[in-house]
Amino acid sequence: MKAFDYAAPASLPEAVGLLASQPAARLLAGGTDLLVQLRSGRKQADVVIDVKKIPELNEITLAADHSLTIGAAVPCYRLTDHPAVQAHYPALTEVASWIGGTQIQGRASLGGNLCNAAPSADSIPLLIALSASAHIAGPAGRRSVPVEAFCTAPGRNQLTPGELLVSIHIPAPPPRSGAAYLRFIPRNEMDIAVVGAGASLTLANGVIAAARLALSSVAPTPLFVPAAGDSLLGQAPTPAALEAAAQLAQAAASPISDMRGSAAYRRHLCAVMARRALELALSRAQENQ
Amino acid sequence: MSTPTYNVIGTRPVRHDGADKVTGRALYGADLQLARMVHGAILRSPHAHARILRIDTAKAEALPGVFAVVTAADFPPAPADKLVDFGEGETPLSSLRGNILASGKVLYSGHAVAAVAAVNAHVAAEAAALIEVDYEPLPCVLTAPEAMAPGAPILHDHLPNGNIAETVHYEMGDLAAGFAQASLIVERELDTATVHQGYIEPQNATAFWNTDGRIQIWCSTQGSFVARDATAAVLDLPVSHVKVTPMEIGGGFGGKINVYLEPVAALLSKKAGRPVKLVMSRRDVFTGTGPTPGSRVRVKIGVNPEGKITAAQAWLAYEAGAYPGAMVVPGAMTVFACYDIENILIEGYDVVVNKPSTAAYRAPGAPNSALATETVLDEIAEKLGLDPLTLRLRNAAREGTRRADGPRYKRIGCVEVLEAMQASPHYNAPLPGPHCGRGVAIGFWFNVGLPSSATLSVNADGTVNLIEGSTDIGGSRASLAMQAAEVLGLRAEDIHPTIVDTDSVGYTGVTGGSRTTFATGLAVHDAAQLVVEQMKARAARLWAVDQVAFANGVFSSNGHSLSFADLAAQLGSTGGPVSCSATVNPKGVGGSFAGLIVDLHVDPETGKTTVLRVTSVQDAGKAIHPSYVEGQMQGGTAQGLGWALNEEYFMDAAGDMRNGSYLDYRMPTALDLPMIETIIVEVPNPGHPFGVRGVGEANIVPPLPAVANALYRATGKRLNRVPMNPATILGL
Repeated sequence: MKAFDYAAPASLPEAVGLLASQPAARLLAGGTDLLVQLRSGRKQADVVIDVKKIPELNEITLAADHSLTIGAAVPCYRLTDHPAVQAHYPALTEVASWIGGTQIQGRASLGGNLCNAAPSADSIPLLIALSASAHIAGPAGRRSVPVEAFCTAPGRNQLTPGELLVSIHIPAPPPRSGAAYLRFIPRNEMDIAVVGAGASLTLANGVIAAARLALSSVAPTPLFVPAAGDSLLGQAPTPAALEAAAQLAQAAASPISDMRGSAAYRRHLCAVMARRALELALSRAQENQ
Repeated sequence: MSTPTYNVIGTRPVRHDGADKVTGRALYGADLQLARMVHGAILRSPHAHARILRIDTAKAEALPGVFAVVTAADFPPAPADKLVDFGEGETPLSSLRGNILASGKVLYSGHAVAAVAAVNAHVAAEAAALIEVDYEPLPCVLTAPEAMAPGAPILHDHLPNGNIAETVHYEMGDLAAGFAQASLIVERELDTATVHQGYIEPQNATAFWNTDGRIQIWCSTQGSFVARDATAAVLDLPVSHVKVTPMEIGGGFGGKINVYLEPVAALLSKKAGRPVKLVMSRRDVFTGTGPTPGSRVRVKIGVNPEGKITAAQAWLAYEAGAYPGAMVVPGAMTVFACYDIENILIEGYDVVVNKPSTAAYRAPGAPNSALATETVLDEIAEKLGLDPLTLRLRNAAREGTRRADGPRYKRIGCVEVLEAMQASPHYNAPLPGPHCGRGVAIGFWFNVGLPSSATLSVNADGTVNLIEGSTDIGGSRASLAMQAAEVLGLRAEDIHPTIVDTDSVGYTGVTGGSRTTFATGLAVHDAAQLVVEQMKARAARLWAVDQVAFANGVFSSNGHSLSFADLAAQLGSTGGPVSCSATVNPKGVGGSFAGLIVDLHVDPETGKTTVLRVTSVQDAGKAIHPSYVEGQMQGGTAQGLGWALNEEYFMDAAGDMRNGSYLDYRMPTALDLPMIETIIVEVPNPGHPFGVRGVGEANIVPPLPAVANALYRATGKRLNRVPMNPATILGL
């Protein structure tokens, strides 16, 4: 690891200014990806800009309508320890408790998980399922993109030079909706998803009124499969309907073979994990009167 | 036979090193800081097999902050065909050196090529990257069957038989006649992948080559004397020129017997004129130290209708890695070691491949071969409609049973282990539901003897200092102190054990081969008896009597009596201090049998295995400190379950390890295993005064086949490759 400078701006404009003047800067939130990458030589940095001191990046805001804004540097433990977030976003709390171990969760953030743009990122399929958007600040001002459009390639994202992620915004969950993220790992913790699936379902008048499904670890980026959700619209939430949606998710996947699993095994798991995530989302929707 | 009663042995005192370990004060090699110390880095080969055409270190040497750069050319000159022997048979010096710093060819991805010492580890790493090496890549071969095939790339020109470094052949009785008597014959072939011991502490070594030509080394090693002897051999120096101070060790499991860094740190120190510290990264540990062999084992067993084995045949090919020494010999010696069989043929092959040179790993070679034997027996039991433990009991080895490699067993506990398994609550409990399976298996592992030394010095306050040279990996300070305390009639806390450097105690072999509590324990026992004799003489002088009795910590004679402590307080006035040493080279080794019962659940959709319940059973001879016996049983079981289910070196076609981190190597964590239940069986070893059998290793032998057998019961599939991971279980 080469020596680098460290800066910790206290405001968003200061951070944007620094970023604009330092093209080889790297942003540090929890550092649980960045520091490992720097130490292994996978990434280099002249300057590391710590964004934890910027108030807006450190806030959790649960609005009156239950929409949720999570600052990009908010560590996972603050989500898992937040009673209102637990009550309204049980799936999000679960994901925050699955990223790394307890010590990692003291530092790691969902914002960092999103910016790191790993195909296997645990939080991203769920954020996609929850229709979350990424709020970005940069030299040209602020903009917002849907999370499913944020990642562009393994380790690459939408951010242009000088931009940083400010927060993740999740719109208010509709009544009678539920969400879930499930991942397959051979162990029980401390592992990278071989396949992950995030799902949300909204019920109305006995049929599915809205549904979204996304997968991790089966494509160059976390994969939103609109066809899978769309296939459920207007359908009664039967096992056959969920299975058919899961099959569509499987068909959309383009997994590779690596040390974590073969392409054939991943393809098989796509259908299993997608169906199980839909089933869990459905059961939560049915509980949410 | 009456069972002896003990005051200390069999109790569970707090370990002597406990406070330092739990408070983080214990000093490991990476903690060491010496004045003017500099830091090293190693340059490793990116190729699995390549000729080294040129190494240019000029740019590295020119980098500010660099003190020394070394390559294989810096080894002192020695005859090309020189053989060295430091207790484990003759090895060509060229092989020993070749694995430490490559010369001529690199033989695996991760093979050390050069090393740098610099002002800090970052500069050292930067300098290592500036070393220019021109390679001519050669085709690589990664598995034993491929390496044995005609036309395979050849690793070493000097081996007479291609990549086959050694063959082993054991034969007993009449194999054809035995199979002719069989009413049922089952033959299976099973592969295992290369796996690593997975100790938490990476290898490290700090060396200082003094101007008087003497070298001091601080390192993490299972045997300070073996580290000393190997370093001296590699550097072609007398052993007395090297002093090794063993630091605390964060696990070894056999992998910290070989030297990797010590001679390199010494060479760097010689050039730098300063102490040099080398610490491996986790990836270095995976790719640059010794894992245990991948293997292919074929076993054929015939039985008569009553389930008595009439003949057994085994063919074993083990991957040695880059240099000979695949542990196929112990694999062959143990393949049928649990059973009383008249007609046996065993053939084994030690095969070099382009992977890291293998090292010992807890009962090295035995899990690989037991996997085949114990799964074949499971299939036979099923076909005969016999309980799998009953089948094993009908064939179990006993006192007098001859093993295929020659020896006849003295008193052993194979039958007792099987009976304890059969009577256990676990074996008699129902399985919890569908997609669950229960598997059983047993295994054998030797104990080795080897020399050990110990010194006991009596303090005036009635306590005793114990000086010894055995690396404490699994609680041996406690088990040794307890043996001294038992003889001296003291409490375990009254003995203060210290592990010292190679200049400060008599020669002591490695902590390995399940020997320390047995062999160093014997040295401690003998030294303690000498202490008792000297103390009796002091009491006799004090009381002017001829005979003094000693029992339960009290010396007495003719109405006089003194406690050990009271007599210790009078040593100064009765002739001075009492300090006694003993050195042993014991022959009465026991050997230990172990068994495992495991219940699993398999998710039929994902293939994921959940380990539900595990019971480990082992013959400890006599458990000195039962907690540490249980700890060994649980540790070996946990490692075996990880090996069975998920662990493996995932190599690409070019021989590069793709999962060289604990994130992707997938050892089980505490969340992946239930509490491992233990049943200690005690069939005393007649070769030890307290009946001790070493318990460090046999427990890792049964898990591979026990898991395979449980998976069969859960899924109906007999898999032929370990790891039996979720994808393999689904056939994907």
